[in-house]
Amino acid sequence: MWLSTEASTIMGGLFVSVQTAGTPPKASKKKPRPAGTLYRGNEGMWSWVFHRITGVAIFFFLLVHVLDTALVRVSPEAYDAVIGTYQTPIMGLGEVGLVGAIVFHAFNGLRIILVDFWSKGTRYQKLMFWIVIGLWVITMLAFVPRHLTNVFSH
Amino acid sequence: MTTTEIAAPRSPRTRGNGTNWEKWGWLYMRVSGVVLVVLIFGHLFVNLWQGTGVSAINFAFVAGKWADPFWKWWDVTMLWLALIHGGNGMRTIVNDYARGRTTRGILKIAILAAVALLIILGTLVVFTFDPCLGNPSSDALIQMCAAK
Repeated sequence: MWLSTEASTIMGGLFVSVQTAGTPPKASKKKPRPAGTLYRGNEGMWSWVFHRITGVAIFFFLLVHVLDTALVRVSPEAYDAVIGTYQTPIMGLGEVGLVGAIVFHAFNGLRIILVDFWSKGTRYQKLMFWIVIGLWVITMLAFVPRHLTNVFSH
Repeated sequence: MTTTEIAAPRSPRTRGNGTNWEKWGWLYMRVSGVVLVVLIFGHLFVNLWQGTGVSAINFAFVAGKWADPFWKWWDVTMLWLALIHGGNGMRTIVNDYARGRTTRGILKIAILAAVALLIILGTLVVFTFDPCLGNPSSDALIQMCAAK
């Protein structure tokens, strides 16, 4: 007789002999996972998580970005000094993260709209998530080398 | 303890007769989202992709763009749509995670204040922009400002 490790743990020391005496099927290395009782997250959940995180990040950048742009009303020197910090290597890498967040949020936002308004949206939501990821990779492959060249060579 | 009124089974959901603000907020996120994809991708293309990207941005670059009303309106539209979109998103997140009624209230007032303040500031900056402020840094600006 074989008992699952969970069951034998619950029973504690009382039935230790059952656990040791039993022969767990070695062939099935995959532990049987409960299905349908606990939401473990798939494409739908992760797209939602990334959408929130990127959204918050973009919002806080936006607050800063409006303020730094407002310096054009103060003086050219003040604006050029602050925008100069955006052209440093560290901020250049930060801009890669920013554009990455924006591009994901944009493409996944369009996916959400299709899920909501397109009659077949829910049926293809998983496929659309991977299309979002694919388009994100393509966009970043186009942007990152060009951007880093600009940042590190000027 | 007051008794809680429990509606009879199958009674229609009452939501009050006022405007369904949550529905309009939901719709706003989608409509503004589509427009923002166009506006922000255009913004990133011109400012980070064309020419030498971020390293070319300075006061003269901004003056060059805002010499054209097209880019002024582009930027102001982006400012309003993005801040309201972001503010509404932050409001949703506060409603989801902030437990206390007072905490939620304070956080949402802070979001509203930040959004309103930056919309006013940004709009004023775009429409009162003076390219001849300070020492014009490019030849084109020097010529233009000398002619004034």
